[in-house]
Amino acid sequence: MSQPRTGEPLVSIRSVSRRFGDVEALQQVSLEIRQGEFFALLGPSGCGKTTLLRILAGFEQPDSGSVTLDGADLLAVAPHRRPVNLMFQSYALFPHLSVAKNIAYGLERERRPRNEIRERVDEVLATVGLTGLARRRPHQLSGGQRQRVALARAIVKRPRLLLLDEPLSALDKKVRAEMQLELKRLQHEVGITFVVVTHDQEEAMSLADRIAVLNEGRVRQVDAPVPLYERPGDLFVADFIGANNLITGVLTSDGLRVPDVGVLPCPAAPDRVGATATLAVRPERVRLGADGGLAGVVRDVTFFGGTTRVAVEVPGLDRPLLATVAGATAVALGDETRVDWPGADVVLLDGPDR
Amino acid sequence: MRRFSWLYLPAGLTYLFLYLPIVVLVVMSFNAADTPYRWDGFDTAWYGRLFADRAVREGLLNTLVVAAGATALSTVLGTLLAVGLARHTRSRLLDAIAVAPAVLPDIVLAIGLLAFYTAVQFTLGLHSILLAHTVFGTAFVAAVVRTRLAHVDGSLEEASRDLGATAPQTFVRITLPSLAPGIVAGALLAFSLSIDEFVIAFFTAGPQDPTLPIVIYSMVRFGVTPEINALATLLLAVSFTFVIAAQRLSRLTESL
Repeated sequence: MSQPRTGEPLVSIRSVSRRFGDVEALQQVSLEIRQGEFFALLGPSGCGKTTLLRILAGFEQPDSGSVTLDGADLLAVAPHRRPVNLMFQSYALFPHLSVAKNIAYGLERERRPRNEIRERVDEVLATVGLTGLARRRPHQLSGGQRQRVALARAIVKRPRLLLLDEPLSALDKKVRAEMQLELKRLQHEVGITFVVVTHDQEEAMSLADRIAVLNEGRVRQVDAPVPLYERPGDLFVADFIGANNLITGVLTSDGLRVPDVGVLPCPAAPDRVGATATLAVRPERVRLGADGGLAGVVRDVTFFGGTTRVAVEVPGLDRPLLATVAGATAVALGDETRVDWPGADVVLLDGPDR
Repeated sequence: MRRFSWLYLPAGLTYLFLYLPIVVLVVMSFNAADTPYRWDGFDTAWYGRLFADRAVREGLLNTLVVAAGATALSTVLGTLLAVGLARHTRSRLLDAIAVAPAVLPDIVLAIGLLAFYTAVQFTLGLHSILLAHTVFGTAFVAAVVRTRLAHVDGSLEEASRDLGATAPQTFVRITLPSLAPGIVAGALLAFSLSIDEFVIAFFTAGPQDPTLPIVIYSMVRFGVTPEINALATLLLAVSFTFVIAAQRLSRLTESL
């Protein structure tokens, strides 16, 4: 039942703005969400992602801009008539109804025949692996089970678009990893377009086909996880997604000149010589114990099992440089070492403006 | 074993102070003698006398009519008031005004109501007591339901809308059931308060149809008889039952 990974545009959000008093929750946000994809809205708290989700669900109206679904105006449709369902962060299961009644609630509102409702409830219970728990009340379930019920309740209506508000935040770490896989499997299986809101970049990276990074009400970058990681479009994204070494300096013809440090290797940018720029290099690209490069002192060694992260203090830089090496490392706290990186592995970003 | 603490002494004295009069009342209602000055042995005769008394029976009936009517009205009004306040206003002042009749001195409410009834030339009778009791009953129900509302996840109603329910469907199928324990607790409270309410009933009653507390008051004027002790004991039992039921329900509510 799986649908093509990249389909036609399903939802078009154009220049949507929303302000609450003095706070601009969304500023001229434009996004396309494609049919059948797993899309993530990622950003720190207060970035506007939840407001956008609530606009799609119909619980908020934008001050300006338009939202269409399948080409038709979505904003004119009342929330209870939208082919859009939301899985709430709190799950919002009805405490006085059984699991089966919770799931059947939406179908009953559509006045479906009783045997169709029963069939579809049984079917979706099997899909989320909760067969046998139909008669339980929500308070008799574990956190993971509640989440499955919330999910079942939202997908049983076969919406065009399923919204998930921080779907994994209420679960403990182990269940979270399990549900992450489960969500992905389900999305393939039911073929519904998913939009997940999260502040957890690892969650977004592992779940989504494409991610929109939001900050302060603006879309900073929309991309698939790998390009987002490897080619961040601006400083915010470079800092927010994964660990990064960010060093600011002035571009010269042979690298980035950083006061008190020297000229650091970076891709050539002849047309931007003299501009302020920041180089971003991932810790796994940084080589430890090189011949050239920068001299520094090891300040921290953290062993993660498969990898080790080493923090090297380099005179002149305000933050220690992070280097990730495979396995254990020979360097120890206080050792003097040298670090460098291939210029080609550096992403050069504009700014910061001073 | 826990060590005896001297702090139990003032606690015990406080409880004695609170409950000794009630214990005396209950004991005296079973006194065979007709004065509280001596104990002639255990006897339930006063309860029999009580049920034979026509004024008492009529008073009891009036009280039940008033309490039932006032409870029904104040439960509906109080619930709607609580939901309206919680969902559609952010005014703390409105909130405070809504529950004010619950904390106002009874005498103020009584005088106010009497003045109002006189001003609009409302005939006094059971219906005027019923409306008067609805005033403070509504405030109590609103306060209890409001507390319950604070415990209910606001996204339940949004979830219902999201799943295709209209606003009225959401109110009936989601809002009311999740408030039910609070509504029942509020109703029980309003009922038990109405049953033994004297001051407001006394001011707003007509010349006929006194409620039970008014009947008792007129009996007491000729001295406290064991018959009244028996009546008070019964009222005590009813009130206790209702208050405990109301508390149980609101505790149940919080665990949900």
